[in-house]
Amino acid sequence: MQRSAGAAEGVIPKTAQAKGLRRKPIDLESGSRERGNGRDREAHRRGTRWNTEVPSQSLRYQGQTGRCVIFARRPFSWIRENDVLKTTPLNALHRAAGARMVDFGGYDMPVHYGSQIDEHHAVRRDAGMFDVSHMRVVDINGEPPAPRDFLRYALANNVDKLKTRGKALYACMLEPHGGVVDDLIVYFLRDDWFWLVVNASTADKDAAWLRKLADERRANVSITPRSDLAMVAVQGPNARQKVWRALPRAESATRDLEPFTSAEIADDSDPIFIGRTGYTGEDGFEIIVPAGRAETLWKALEREGVARCGLGARDTLRLEAGMNLYGQDMDETVTPLESGLGWTVDLASPRDFVGKSALATSAPKRRLVGLLATGAGGVLRAHQKVSGREGDGEITSGTFSPTLSKSIALARVPIGVATGDIVDVHVRDKRVTARVVKPPFVRNGAVLVE
Amino acid sequence: MNVPANLKYTESHEWVRADPDGTLTIGITDHAQNALGDLVFIELPAVGRALSQGEACAVVESVKAASDVYAPVAGEVVAINDAVTNAPEQVNQDAYSAWLFRMRPSALDALASLLDAAAYTKTIGEA
Repeated sequence: MQRSAGAAEGVIPKTAQAKGLRRKPIDLESGSRERGNGRDREAHRRGTRWNTEVPSQSLRYQGQTGRCVIFARRPFSWIRENDVLKTTPLNALHRAAGARMVDFGGYDMPVHYGSQIDEHHAVRRDAGMFDVSHMRVVDINGEPPAPRDFLRYALANNVDKLKTRGKALYACMLEPHGGVVDDLIVYFLRDDWFWLVVNASTADKDAAWLRKLADERRANVSITPRSDLAMVAVQGPNARQKVWRALPRAESATRDLEPFTSAEIADDSDPIFIGRTGYTGEDGFEIIVPAGRAETLWKALEREGVARCGLGARDTLRLEAGMNLYGQDMDETVTPLESGLGWTVDLASPRDFVGKSALATSAPKRRLVGLLATGAGGVLRAHQKVSGREGDGEITSGTFSPTLSKSIALARVPIGVATGDIVDVHVRDKRVTARVVKPPFVRNGAVLVE
Repeated sequence: MNVPANLKYTESHEWVRADPDGTLTIGITDHAQNALGDLVFIELPAVGRALSQGEACAVVESVKAASDVYAPVAGEVVAINDAVTNAPEQVNQDAYSAWLFRMRPSALDALASLLDAAAYTKTIGEA
């Protein structure tokens, strides 16, 4: 959608304010907080109950990062200004639905609405939806051919693959030494306008990185993070049908969309952008609307029987689908070749791109593989050591797979490790046997590994 | 949140029931299962193991996280609930009937150090 003049950034929905969530809007580009009125600060110091999720004393978790985190019960006055979380336009609806909330990438997000396993099954069997408004859409604008030229250089995958309008591509942005800055999806909208959809926790970093690159290249492009937009992912075998029932005016434009293509229903007062993309291994749409239309969209989908799903299910679904999570499966310290993302790097074409020379001359010593737990002893989790005939490696992401009823993981292991190898995972004080498999574990509801 | 009045509790969210034969039955509270989410793996101590008060002796894993379970008092493990290791979701469904293990306490006044329902309710932040 074109950016409308005067669109508010980071606006807290009125319903959220009514529920006592006193938070000042954050300017998402500069990161600075608007000056609020003194009354808000005073209420904050008094300990206004803005967060209904009070962590309990002494409940110890060993999370996926392997850290032992102790939550202590403390009064609200200890929460500093900077600790207050950002919200998406759907925050009030999640809280009203009784969702368990968590800080994800600086955003107050729903982990689940009751059972993350039920939500996972809903996506594999029917249709579920995720509020993914914490992710960031970024406009790349400029007089043609500037945007395309710039992205040819900035991205490791080749935007020249995007020949028709609406086509999308999964790509990485690399540092000159080959490390991964982020993974993202790029959409070709018009010759003067591309969209990037980037991760929430890296949105600010990515915008700064792109601006720096544009300056260095003297590229005639503007880079504009769009915090005025909301995004809902609807996924599952019945997802598209239910989207058409909820949004009848979108059906004709999207009925024939191929996977990884998109369409805009351009209506000045009510624009909708729909891409046939997703992060679950099921069919479905990702829908982008102006922030003010998010609640209407969410409720319309709910009425058609689309299940609300949180970040917990999102993680088990994407891992079953063999999809990487930035910050866990890759980061600036590893290359795409060591992260199972060699297929997203186009080294064949003559174009230069950031990181190309480093990758072309690199000889990776490690690779990313899938693990399927065959023994009992616990759940495979990030940072657990993996031992085998070829040497040691480490799990990057692990979980329990609701579809397989087994624990699965992605792990970075020595390059000689092969599919079918048996390895030992160090889980607490035990060894859990696992078999090396080629991801994905599950696609379109079907189990691909046994 | 469900906090039965006839049980004792620890600050680390175990519930304890004193049985007529002098043993204690132990599980995790409704608050704990709710905080953890869907449970997918449970590891219980070996029968016969001696435990000191507060010793980590079992593990409950949800999809997202692993959490230790602690011995509420010193004593010896006399029984474990195998059914729950095969179906961890029972703990989510009914935390107070899906017990984890039984102990014979080494001290007669073992329960005195534990919280009653009102005190536990206070620790989990409810009036």
